[in-house]
Amino acid sequence: MDAHATTADPLASTHHGAPRGLARWLTTTNHKDIGTLYLWFAAVMFLVGGLMAMLIRVELFEPGLQVVQPGLFNQLTTMHGLIMIFGVIMPAFTGFANWQVPLMIGAPDMAFPRMNNWSFWLLPVAGALLIGSLFLPGGAVAGGWTMYPPLYLQGGISYDLTIFAIHIMGASSIMGAINIATTILNMRAPGMTLMKMPLFVWTWLITAYLLIAVMPVLAGAVTMLLTDRNFGTHFFDAAGGGDPVMFQHIFWFFGHPEVYILILPAFGIISSVIPTFARKPLFGYASMVYATASIAILSFIVWGHHMFTVGMPAAAQLFFMYATLLIAVPTGVKVFNWVATMWRGSMTFETAMLFAVAFVCLFTIGGFSGLVLAMAPVDIQLQDTYYVVAHFHYVLVTGALFSIYAGIYYWLPKWTGHMVDETLGRWHFWLSAISVNVLFFPMHFLGLAGMPRRIPDYALQFADFNRIASLGGFVFGASQILLLWVILKCIRGGRRAEAKAWEGAEGLEWTVPSPAPYHTFAQPPEVK
Amino acid sequence: MNAATMRRANARSLLRLSLLALAMFGFGFTLVPLYDVFCDLTGLNRDAAQALANNTQVDYGRSVRIELLATVQDGARVRFSAPRQPVDVHPGELVRLDYQLENLSDRELVGHAVPSYGPAAAAEYFQKIDCFCFREQRLAPGETLRLPVMFVLDRAVPCDMNVATLSYTFFARGEGS
Repeated sequence: MDAHATTADPLASTHHGAPRGLARWLTTTNHKDIGTLYLWFAAVMFLVGGLMAMLIRVELFEPGLQVVQPGLFNQLTTMHGLIMIFGVIMPAFTGFANWQVPLMIGAPDMAFPRMNNWSFWLLPVAGALLIGSLFLPGGAVAGGWTMYPPLYLQGGISYDLTIFAIHIMGASSIMGAINIATTILNMRAPGMTLMKMPLFVWTWLITAYLLIAVMPVLAGAVTMLLTDRNFGTHFFDAAGGGDPVMFQHIFWFFGHPEVYILILPAFGIISSVIPTFARKPLFGYASMVYATASIAILSFIVWGHHMFTVGMPAAAQLFFMYATLLIAVPTGVKVFNWVATMWRGSMTFETAMLFAVAFVCLFTIGGFSGLVLAMAPVDIQLQDTYYVVAHFHYVLVTGALFSIYAGIYYWLPKWTGHMVDETLGRWHFWLSAISVNVLFFPMHFLGLAGMPRRIPDYALQFADFNRIASLGGFVFGASQILLLWVILKCIRGGRRAEAKAWEGAEGLEWTVPSPAPYHTFAQPPEVK
Repeated sequence: MNAATMRRANARSLLRLSLLALAMFGFGFTLVPLYDVFCDLTGLNRDAAQALANNTQVDYGRSVRIELLATVQDGARVRFSAPRQPVDVHPGELVRLDYQLENLSDRELVGHAVPSYGPAAAAEYFQKIDCFCFREQRLAPGETLRLPVMFVLDRAVPCDMNVATLSYTFFARGEGS
């Protein structure tokens, strides 16, 4: 196939009478198109959720109420959480899976292309319900992203809309996960055994199973909220004999595996990027697979550590504490393996690698503060303080988000056919990596000093660290515009990328031309 | 693998994984009774829950005898009865009492119970958390209802108030309602 013809118009050489323009994107069943849609959806939601974060930081810039009133502030923190988790990180990883999984295992497309289309187009609907609820009387949901009753039983119409949005996003994720799992299980190229799969594919296979196992539990939990609100059931309504703590148990049974849904694909991306730029095969491949699987299994028995303060018996606190601390072992194996992969490698520091190295360092900081919080006696002090905020932003921003950045810089040449502008990329990296620490590191101190989360106003002694965090936040927010610029520039032109865009890259995706033709692996490749 | 076998294998995976998702949806709901079963079996959280429910605001140093009365407005064909024994209540303690109301007529009956207190000054010390007198009662012909009232006697109740009477009068609403 003529690579140049496909760059000019990906549809020209292969389709006759295929829809163009908007209809192409609405009706597409092509895994690359859908991957692109997922990634752009995540980008748009990132802008929305990011603007909310900026407003939050503006309000917290100094003590007192300046810009937003407490009601709106609570809506902003709640929506920021929901949007970033369900609208940004999860769709972005699904976008990566759509683009890369078929390319990495030598499959022509996903197993169920039409369902793939549907699972994407459900997302904008859910996003519209969620964001649209901001403009309803009473405003958007303001009870925290964790949706705890009784607040979620008492709110107005926007709470029902949010519950529907969660239902729809859940359906979308479950369909996406079934699609990805089936593709990986059934459509690998001949000769690619499970233990020869790239680690990104492995982490997504395990993530898909986590999604299928826990998204329905979340759907059940929000369904119970819905019937409590509208149909007279009393699952969580204490007035009718229900128990609000029950919601926390059910929610976190979903919630903790969800945490790994948000980070396992990140492990996969990092495990692709580091070997490429260290020019060494991944250290301890098999142990990486087993570590991923054990993290996933352990994630089902640690949910209680999110609710140490609800009054659970000491025996349960001890169980959840030890089980949680146990997760540090497989995670430690992973960090060790990444460092060992870099050890004595011929490393170069392209932007993708910079983000990957930053991921290893900063995610580990988030992991350590997680260990601190895992200890029940400490957690009871730190529950609902900024220490928790610092912890989960280290694992989600410098963890999950940085891995997404690493993946974007790494695979953009394959997607667009052009190399990334490394100078701009480095600016983006250094601005982000420095400002993100200025933003989140002081939050540890704020939390240890006792500043509660989800509060628009605070005591005077917290003013200095909050001001520093806000300044870091503004720089971090502004730096992300650079990323958009880099991506647009890379789409429009730049140095042509080879099929194997990076010298040390390994894997089937680097055997097809750059940009990847609209249809790849119509004939399955042979894997030795 | 040829295309047809692949399609079959994919359809099988789709079915299995969808069933798994469906089963997990059901599992979310079974968690509600399962937690109770689990705690009953292990005894976890049973004592602790009791301990949490302990009210530290009870004044065990004294008690007030509450006499209980129930009367019916003339002509209403109901039997309205109070608990037989008076109760001794510590100030601050949560008390639950059950009155009983029986419809002796062959018609549906709607009515309302109205409380009164003796001495009248006792009224302000009854903090009712829930009471049947808050609501209208509706009885089918021959039906018997158990009517709970939950209250806390305020700790500020004067020391010389050793006895108080809690009395309810039931008023049936007129015909045709």
